[in-house]
Amino acid sequence: MKQIYTWSAILAIVFASVVGDVLLARAMKQVGDVGDLRRRAGLGVVILRTLGNGNFLLGVVAMAAAFFSLLFALSWGDVSLVAPAAASLTFIGNAVAAKIFLHERVDQRRWIAVVLVAAGVALLAG
Amino acid sequence: MLSHGMKQTGGISLNHLQGVIFAILNPWVAIGILLLLAFFATYMTALSWADLTYVLPATSFGYVLLALVAKFLLHEQVSPMRWLGIALITGGVGFIAGGPSLTEHPHSSTEIPAGSSPRESGEGVLRAKNAGVETPTSVER
Repeated sequence: MKQIYTWSAILAIVFASVVGDVLLARAMKQVGDVGDLRRRAGLGVVILRTLGNGNFLLGVVAMAAAFFSLLFALSWGDVSLVAPAAASLTFIGNAVAAKIFLHERVDQRRWIAVVLVAAGVALLAG
Repeated sequence: MLSHGMKQTGGISLNHLQGVIFAILNPWVAIGILLLLAFFATYMTALSWADLTYVLPATSFGYVLLALVAKFLLHEQVSPMRWLGIALITGGVGFIAGGPSLTEHPHSSTEIPAGSSPRESGEGVLRAKNAGVETPTSVER
């Protein structure tokens, strides 16, 4: 029973952080090239435009949700299960989500990289 | 690098938190929060330049640095499984770093004009710059 709780909390972490990452990435694509913008308009404009972006704010909310899900997951399961499972599943979920929602071209090279990194993180964090 | 700093300070601050709630005033926590902010700012900047599927695996290099710091500065034991993990992450990061790196525009260009119009001129500059940078990829395609 506890395992079901733990895994649903892990899935909640993965879901929330994937949503958060996608929203943040979309927000920064809308803000545009930060270095370029800073050179033309100054750092204040960059910060204001980022903080005023709806996707950015939603992304931060999603990240906070992911953090609280992590706390829940840790209260039910071991760190040695929760941390690597959540981290590596997030990488894979992000690749899928980036392809679907951000229309990034996730080619074979990137898939291999994502799988390698996910496996590596699972080993390291475990 | 920053995430490693965060984790280190985070670990230290946890010990302090057990006793005191004033831990927010603890310099370690303050440094931790500052580093976290710096990480977030640089992460956002990177996202404005490159794809999510490019930035995210690259940030995982922090795990490798963390393990190396643990080994050489904190003199912790790093098990063979962890070395394997380090090798896998390094290989994966190498894979994307050698790949057709930056943003790809055909789809996102439909998204950007939704913003304000004064950016249009800047977009042109940006695109021209990227076109210059990305010549190898355009040849590949």
